[in-house]
Amino acid sequence: MSTPTAPGLPPLSEPTAWHTISLTVNGEPVTAQVESRLLLSDFLRTRLGLTGTHTGCEHGVCGACTVLLDDAPVRTCLTLAVQAAGAELRTVEGLTQDGRPLTPVQRAFHEQHGMQCGFCTPGYVMTCTALTERACRPDDDTVADELSGHLCRCTGYQNIRAAVRQALDERYGQQEETS
Amino acid sequence: MKPGPFDYAVPDTLHEALQLLSGTERDTKVLAGGQSLIPMLNMRLARPELLVDITRIPELGRLAVGDDGALRIGASVRQTAVADDPVVREGWPLLTTAITQIGHPQIRNRGTVCGSLVHHDPAAELPAAALALDARFTVAGPGGTRTVEAADFFLSTFATDVEPDEIVTEVVVPPQPAGTGWAFQELIHRRGDFAGVGVAVLLRRTGERVGAARIVFFGVGSTPVRVPAAEQALIGSGFDAEATVAATRAALDPQGDVHAGAEWRREGAEVLLRRALAEAWERTA
Amino acid sequence: MSTDTGTDTLSETGAESRTGAGTESRTKTGTQPHAEPGTEPRTDGAWIGRGRLRVEDERLLRGGGRYVDDIRLPGTLEVAFLRSPQAHARITRIDAAAARALPGVRAVYTAAETDRLPPVVNEAELRVPEGLEQAIDPLVRRLPYPLLASGKVHFVGQPIAMVVAESRYLAEDAIELIEVDYAPLPVVIDPDEALAPGAPLIEESWGDNLALRAEARVGDTDAAFAEAAVVIEEEFHAHRYVASPMETRAVQAAPGAYDGRMTVWSNTQTPHRVRDHIAEALDVPPLAVHVIAADVGGGFGQKGIIYVEDVLIPVAARDLGVPVLWREDRNENLVAASHAREQVHRISLAADADGRLLGLRDEFVVNFGATTMTGLVVPYNSIVHLMGPYRIPNADIRTRAALTNTAPTSPYRGAGRPEAVFAMERALDRLARALDLEPAELRARNLITPDELPYRTGLLDRSGNPQEYDSGDFPELLRRVREMVDVPAVRARQAELAAAGSAHRVGVGFAVYLEATGLGPFESARAAVRPDGRVRVSLGAPSQGQGHATSMAQIAADAIGFPFELIDIEGGDTDTVPHGVGTIASRALVTAGNATHIAGGRLRARILAAAADHLAVPAADLLLDDGAITHPATGRRLTLPELLFAGYELSETGYFRPPGFTFASGASGVIVDVDTETGHVAIEKYAVAHDAGRIVNPVIAHGQVTGGIAQGIAGALYEEMRYGPDGQPVTTTYMDYLVPTSEEIPDLEISEVVTESTLNALGVKGLGEGGAIAPQAAVSNAVEDALLPYGVVVRRGPLTPDRVRALLRDN
Repeated sequence: MSTPTAPGLPPLSEPTAWHTISLTVNGEPVTAQVESRLLLSDFLRTRLGLTGTHTGCEHGVCGACTVLLDDAPVRTCLTLAVQAAGAELRTVEGLTQDGRPLTPVQRAFHEQHGMQCGFCTPGYVMTCTALTERACRPDDDTVADELSGHLCRCTGYQNIRAAVRQALDERYGQQEETS
Repeated sequence: MKPGPFDYAVPDTLHEALQLLSGTERDTKVLAGGQSLIPMLNMRLARPELLVDITRIPELGRLAVGDDGALRIGASVRQTAVADDPVVREGWPLLTTAITQIGHPQIRNRGTVCGSLVHHDPAAELPAAALALDARFTVAGPGGTRTVEAADFFLSTFATDVEPDEIVTEVVVPPQPAGTGWAFQELIHRRGDFAGVGVAVLLRRTGERVGAARIVFFGVGSTPVRVPAAEQALIGSGFDAEATVAATRAALDPQGDVHAGAEWRREGAEVLLRRALAEAWERTA
Repeated sequence: MSTDTGTDTLSETGAESRTGAGTESRTKTGTQPHAEPGTEPRTDGAWIGRGRLRVEDERLLRGGGRYVDDIRLPGTLEVAFLRSPQAHARITRIDAAAARALPGVRAVYTAAETDRLPPVVNEAELRVPEGLEQAIDPLVRRLPYPLLASGKVHFVGQPIAMVVAESRYLAEDAIELIEVDYAPLPVVIDPDEALAPGAPLIEESWGDNLALRAEARVGDTDAAFAEAAVVIEEEFHAHRYVASPMETRAVQAAPGAYDGRMTVWSNTQTPHRVRDHIAEALDVPPLAVHVIAADVGGGFGQKGIIYVEDVLIPVAARDLGVPVLWREDRNENLVAASHAREQVHRISLAADADGRLLGLRDEFVVNFGATTMTGLVVPYNSIVHLMGPYRIPNADIRTRAALTNTAPTSPYRGAGRPEAVFAMERALDRLARALDLEPAELRARNLITPDELPYRTGLLDRSGNPQEYDSGDFPELLRRVREMVDVPAVRARQAELAAAGSAHRVGVGFAVYLEATGLGPFESARAAVRPDGRVRVSLGAPSQGQGHATSMAQIAADAIGFPFELIDIEGGDTDTVPHGVGTIASRALVTAGNATHIAGGRLRARILAAAADHLAVPAADLLLDDGAITHPATGRRLTLPELLFAGYELSETGYFRPPGFTFASGASGVIVDVDTETGHVAIEKYAVAHDAGRIVNPVIAHGQVTGGIAQGIAGALYEEMRYGPDGQPVTTTYMDYLVPTSEEIPDLEISEVVTESTLNALGVKGLGEGGAIAPQAAVSNAVEDALLPYGVVVRRGPLTPDRVRALLRDN
């Protein structure tokens, strides 16, 4: 059975449904041909081999596929690859490269045991990374709101919250006792 | 859970976008943030043939207060941009609060205000906020531009007064008189979900009496539900919450679904109303 | 048997171990008798008990996980399934021609293509132990399950056709082109109705829907009830929910070009069992199949049984000669992966006037769903955990399991224990009300005390041997949680809130459980010195996030007397150990841990003997230190690679066959706040005391407990897999099936009691499931306590606002 030829995967459904996009991924320029319907999550995973971004639900609830798009955490399962044209993306692979040490956020998840199976972890790390890049420390409710955009089935969340506190403390200084 | 095939176009101008919508027999949908549409694509509950991405049209990206004091939110303005805007927070705090209760930040970073309004999930926050705030919609089509009041905009679940060849280019929210008290409350079981039931309340005070009132529920019908009888019960009274609740009871006919039964929604609406009225009254000046 | 209190093992500093400074919110009233503070690697048996941070984390944190869907071989084809939209129907026509003709589609399988293949029977899970067979003669029926629906569909989600295409997108396109005609049949989803005469038959040849029947008795229950001062009788429904690991199921199969073997990456909890099933389907010897469970994104039991997809993907790879990948999507996981928990208990308790338990009667029905995925596992686990840590001289427990038109059910974290504990602990609270006793006090009067251990219940355990609790201190567990929740303070607040007419009510609830852990029959570990001087320990039990690479290395480091940093743990690869069972049933630490301990001890002896031979000195004069051998008398030093290259075999395999179940235990104490106007339940405080024997790694152990309790709270308040009366599942996405977020799960206060297991050398007990067992009972008890003035009785969960309001309205 022959398949219509088109650049890359997945195979084409309609010749007009292909687009050339250019974007920046982890600091590197990327130009690729993508089908309209290709989800950004699949583009990252299958086209660029950046499999650290996981898909847990593909309908925008679990948050495992979260990356930073122009510095803001977004669901890649609710974004088409074509919509990311021109954007600057950061994935978990881009946080620390070439054997450099873990970032404070990554280290906090390790030191607080804020991870078990590790599947949801990259998504949390990306959201938490954005929390540490603000002008000033986000308040508790903001942090809670951001964390509620992720599901974890292993940890029971306690250590994830501790990890985020550690990362924020390290970035912004110790928080005043609020409770 | 992958979308079926479709075409995608990303016009630079509104004119081009409208041409794409009108010049085709294909089932065409407007794409802005995609946070409501793409889940439906992934589940193949929506099967458009062409998506027209309007986020690269410069004029649709404006967030500004006009000369008339009204807030104008362009079709591609993200929810986060509105929620984070200090001018909006100052002048339209109900809107800010409503947005911050939508989903999660990761959703709001992509989702647009207009997109949520046009999508019109009746359990969503923004349609109720728009109705409560007397927002109006600027709708561009092949024959020109028309304005639709929020009261006429929401037709039924997932249906609004927008034709397939039209685009909502902005939502306009009139200025709120100084001293308006407000509340926006909802009952949710899990953080970030659609509301089981919610209410938006705006009150103005005349002395110790209620001078004007606006009460809109969501999650209790196929559109946001304004309850004029409840508003009337309040206006002119010395803040008679129980009469308002009674009027609400007679007016609402919620349905049950997988998240909650009809009876719980009815009770919840009344509980929320009491709490929201008190909060809004407290905020009047 | 000791329940020491003492040192804080989490106080180590430095990057090696958890710092915890300023972030530690749990109480540490427990102890690690084997703990040694300090950050220097030790080789004198000091690794067990330390809160060593996990060695697996860094790779995962850099995005370097190797979950099945991350392993993409060139030319891999992807699979999508057509699943039944009907709950019960005859298939009258399937036409896949259009799907087959779609560009990019390589193959479409329907029953016509797969009926020649053996159906799936979870042999290991359906076997009845000989002792049980003889003693209680249970009925355990097997329904072999066709790989693709043949003639009839039995539940929404059952696979009917499999499309193999060049991408998942195309495979889903093709699925839409397959035409199937159905002749609908009557539907039954309720297990009681399914067992009633005249119910629609799932398997017509059976004549009824009775999949299993088992009974267990001790003493003279009728007499006990006759003489009782108080008897309560209640009905409790454990509701259906889903394990819902964040990584859904996935299988990738690659036929080997040069060796003819089939390599299968699977996120299974039981790789050797998967291997054997695949080999059977491919009609090749087991060793012609190589199963690898690399990184697994949570399992909780759902990945511990064999599904048709496990077999179908390798079949397609074999047929097409290229790698084939299937990654379940979330909708498939919610409707078609196994469900769990659904049981209806009709339970009675008899007590004397002082509240001493005299007898227990329980008849419960288990909803097996549309097939017999497992047999006695869950129902019998419920039977042998009903009496729990309580002294109950007379009991009469009967269970039946029903087939229904719902997704098949299988063990999920707790596997019959949370259901039994929900029934028993709720019944105890009802009894306490009848006796006008504090529920905690009723429990205290009936808990088995340490001096009664080992304690025989009079029942037979899951293996068919007399059930014997080996160790524990149940009264201490309860004492600690009572202290942590401060019952008198709650009672005072209740009075204040009632007096003030507040819409908010608070309540306190308890649940105590024990858990038979360390399921046999065995696990193995192979420890081998590698040419680079490192030791690799290969296990049959893979990790789904439990941290084996760290905890097992701690055990190995102590057993070998070898630096922790030079030990690599490898689990879940069928080529590295000949036999394995898997990581299920709270067994890995007990079985694989002790196998590691045995293999490590033998490897140490072997290394020393080899070095003694090579150096021609007595072994007793040698030291195995910092990863090398030294002879202090002469100062000679020998590295392990030198020894290896001198021609010595430096590997050992250890098997551990547990002599019986070892008993972990725990108690939960919960304070809730109920908004009576909205029905919203908030957990103010969750306290837990648990005993998992000797703790190998307290950081990991706390994580396991915390995660288990979160899943239990999820079932208590949020999650329910629901069906409409027509058999249509209604909670089919994460928008409807409410896995709680960080906002819904509170911080816990955890206290540790340590009574070492008497049944294994390490003194360890299983820990994986324990957390999930008690929460639903404890939370439900607390909610009922809060709403006692309203006459509310909690008979099922989850306690959603809607359900709580309904309870209040009905009273």
